[in-house]
Amino acid sequence: MRVLAIARNTFRENIRDKVLYNLVLFALLMIVSSLALGQLTLGHTDKVIVDLGLSSISMIGTLIAIFIGISLVSKELERRTVYALLAKPVHRWEFILGKFLGLAFTLTVNVVIMTAGLILTLACHGVGAGSCLRLLPAVYLILLSLGLTTALALVFSTFSTPALSALFTFFLWVIGHFNGDLLELGRLVESAVFLRLCRVLYYVLPNFSNFSVIDSRNVIQSAAYYRPIDPWGVAWATAYGLVYGSLLLGIAIAVFSRRDFK
Amino acid sequence: MAVIEIESLTKDFEVGFWRKRSVRALDGLSLEVARGEVFGFLGPNGAGKTTTLKLLMSLIRPTAGSARILGEPVDSVAMRRRIGYLPENPYFYDYLTGEELLAYVGSLFGIRPPMLDRKVGELLQTVGLADARRLQLRKYSKGMVQRIGIAQAILNNPEVVFLDEPMSGLDPLGRREVREVIASLRSRGVTVFFSSHILPDVEALCDRVAILDKGKLREVGALDAILNVKIEGHEIILARISSALRARLGELCDRITPLGDRVAVRAATARQVEAIVSAAVAAGAELVSVNPIRRSLEDYFFKEVEA
Repeated sequence: MRVLAIARNTFRENIRDKVLYNLVLFALLMIVSSLALGQLTLGHTDKVIVDLGLSSISMIGTLIAIFIGISLVSKELERRTVYALLAKPVHRWEFILGKFLGLAFTLTVNVVIMTAGLILTLACHGVGAGSCLRLLPAVYLILLSLGLTTALALVFSTFSTPALSALFTFFLWVIGHFNGDLLELGRLVESAVFLRLCRVLYYVLPNFSNFSVIDSRNVIQSAAYYRPIDPWGVAWATAYGLVYGSLLLGIAIAVFSRRDFK
Repeated sequence: MAVIEIESLTKDFEVGFWRKRSVRALDGLSLEVARGEVFGFLGPNGAGKTTTLKLLMSLIRPTAGSARILGEPVDSVAMRRRIGYLPENPYFYDYLTGEELLAYVGSLFGIRPPMLDRKVGELLQTVGLADARRLQLRKYSKGMVQRIGIAQAILNNPEVVFLDEPMSGLDPLGRREVREVIASLRSRGVTVFFSSHILPDVEALCDRVAILDKGKLREVGALDAILNVKIEGHEIILARISSALRARLGELCDRITPLGDRVAVRAATARQVEAIVSAAVAAGAELVSVNPIRRSLEDYFFKEVEA
């Protein structure tokens, strides 16, 4: 229950800090693209709108996950709000989990509203409900990716400054999208040590391509052409997200539990 | 029975970036606080008061020594259901209203509506913030933040309350309100452990005090005992004194202070008191009063710390 109370408070903080203002940006993007793309594309307006819409959901969500995530703990330390809170019957793991769930819920609300906006835009272009439903696995994978990004930002937030945390999280997010190339690089360079190093990095670093590429196809591209996304791929991405995310939260809890609040 | 037991508590902090060195903030502090006591924790800035409170709240870990509250180690989460804490210069979630902050804190203790709503209403009344209940904390004055801080510290009906500089930033009216809250906690048998720079408040409220300086405990004991032991002399007030008596008093005592048509004569020893009173009576002066000079806690505190 205490975890939920902390999560609810984090969500309330995000709402009152006007995080959801990004939705206005998204709405404007949808309206403008809807009006302009019809003039620029030849018969594939809806596909371009899906591509643009899902990419925007992913990008806006990632920016929120990184920039709110890095301040989840550091802001509490900087403003010393954590002192009164941790003197209550609250375990430190409950604090970390509550903060994570609060931001994850904010992102979910955000993504749900943006998806509804995207579907509404597509409906205006005559796309049927059945085709729109095919977007949902892609949206779900974007949400999983955002959850992992949040957990990553949270880890850095427990021991580093917001600026450094943002830098580290962004670097790992970028590297995580090209994780597969690390193995290729290891194979190209003919050195057993280098290959081993690349393998270690491949398994240790977060692999965000699990959420964006399934069955060798880009998820957003598949959604734009209303192609079904392989359910095993989605299941694997879910399992990976849960396991890797849990490990990251475990690290964040371990670091935070050992901290002195000077 | 002691509800707070501190034994040889020591805390070193690492300072410096490249060349790290250790600074001792608290050095072997040992003391006990009994149930129902109002205990004052005094010391200049940097004495180690806040460090001690943070150690007791398990916000930092000791380098050596240990502490127990209500018989349990300080990192016990179950124990924290039975205590309250107000940090120094508190800052709370400024996007919340006073009412929302207390409801949030109540939910951490598992208090649910409608009991929570009633409790929040009562507390806001107690700390004089009933009219500001729907105002966001970012619009609160420093004194109001301090008062909402006290409210969140006592929301769970704690057995022991720790207040770090509760009077800091308050105007005289606010200080009086906090004094009243502490007095009401005492009357309910709650143990109050508080640090303060406002010495007259400590003097008015505390059963016992501890004086800390540079991380070391200088003195601990009942306030009366600490102050009475240090009687420095007596002050004798006389009226209707002649010029001859005035000259004689000049020979007998250390200092004569005119007070309108009276004089205050200061005597350092009991023999001096006897001689002055005899001379005054013999000269036909009126003996108004003879009072021991009992140093205020403030005098005592500064002398100890300067020493």
